[in-house]
Amino acid sequence: MLKKRIIPCLDVRNGRVTKGVKFKNNIDLGDPVEMAVRYSDGGADELVFYDITASAERRPIDIGMVAAVAESVRIPFAVGGGIGCVADMERAILAGAEKVSVNSLAVRNPSIIAEGARAFGSQCIVLGMDPVKSGKTPSGYEITTRGFREATGIDAIEWAKRAEGLGAGEIVVNSVDADGTRAGFELEITGAIARSVGVPVVASGGAGKPADFAEAFREASADAAIVAGMIHSGEWTIAQIKKELAEAGIPVRTTW
Amino acid sequence: MTAIVDYKAGNLTSVKLALAAAGAEAEIVRDPAALRRAERIVFPGVGAAASAMENLRAGGLDSAVREAALSGKPFLGICLGMQILFGRSEEDGGVDCLGILPGRVRRFPDGTGDKIPQIGWNDITADDPQGFVKTSEEYYFVHSYYVEKNPCTVATAFHAGVEFSAAVRKGALFATQFHPEKSGKLGLSLLRAFLAAPAGDPPRGGQC
Repeated sequence: MLKKRIIPCLDVRNGRVTKGVKFKNNIDLGDPVEMAVRYSDGGADELVFYDITASAERRPIDIGMVAAVAESVRIPFAVGGGIGCVADMERAILAGAEKVSVNSLAVRNPSIIAEGARAFGSQCIVLGMDPVKSGKTPSGYEITTRGFREATGIDAIEWAKRAEGLGAGEIVVNSVDADGTRAGFELEITGAIARSVGVPVVASGGAGKPADFAEAFREASADAAIVAGMIHSGEWTIAQIKKELAEAGIPVRTTW
Repeated sequence: MTAIVDYKAGNLTSVKLALAAAGAEAEIVRDPAALRRAERIVFPGVGAAASAMENLRAGGLDSAVREAALSGKPFLGICLGMQILFGRSEEDGGVDCLGILPGRVRRFPDGTGDKIPQIGWNDITADDPQGFVKTSEEYYFVHSYYVEKNPCTVATAFHAGVEFSAAVRKGALFATQFHPEKSGKLGLSLLRAFLAAPAGDPPRGGQC
């Protein structure tokens, strides 16, 4: 049976992995390739890298880093940030990334999802979304862009369905409200989206302890979940998280 | 020489890198003559069956792949490269494929509660005479279509209510629905087993 995936997220700024709360107060955590190898050897099921300064600096994603990661790990990884067009997607995929993630770009230009899916297959195209609680849309959650800075008025569930229709193969629901809090995933919107689309949904933002993952998988029906601060800090290992999940009866990959 | 068949069906970088990690400097080949010279063939593939078959035929690679697959040389199909070895796929409204192996390719049914595509690690139940794969090993899968269980099936996995072919074998021809190149240490040891496998006799008749 298919296992629930634990996916470390590495935010890369100027070639270094950093961690901030709500995209602020970034601290240096290490070299992306070294961390990728460490997490891969430690039981990560996939990895995701965000080149968080690429868009602001108006440059494409750091392809050298993508290629270096591809040479060093033998598990799938996705990359995002600095993907501005199909040619950027192609460069990242040819450098060895399994998937590319689009977020603000797809809100501005939804057809990028369809173009990417046509060129590389849906399985390569991940839609990242940053919903925030809001009274302005029917689901009660509104999509933000540009690192939570801009509200769009777009309803989170409508956007997820539309992206699926356009060909997104997976949706990462990164809760603005939960991000960096380590108080657990945002189960309500994650679950609502997981039940509204047929493609896999990844819970993101808020992981602080192993039980949070169990909730995301059981209550929000997430297929995978992002982990960042709780393992970057050294407080927890992926093995510890998976051990607790396995004991709770959740199917996870336990040998690697 | 180990050849990776390039027929514009997805990205070959990770296959080449994984083969390098397993000890082989593989060559990416596009023309049938180079494929005929290869001692070992890797036939990957990501994407849709119809365009894959078109690309194969346009390059004259379809008959070279068919020949290689039944030559007794070690041959490894991966993902779409496994599916199109079979007779017919339901994908794209129905596609005639290479017909090297007996069986059909179908789409996972909707409405089971399981997500499509299947993305992630799944465990297999295996009975492979050459021991490339073993029961309860976990490999990385990404697919919406699957090969039905058939006489060549040597490993199965379960998703969306279906027990499907995770790996198939016919003599020295071995193919996986999962991605050994993305399956960590287990995937690497499978690639090493493939690289160490001796050439065999061309399979003589029989379904498998």
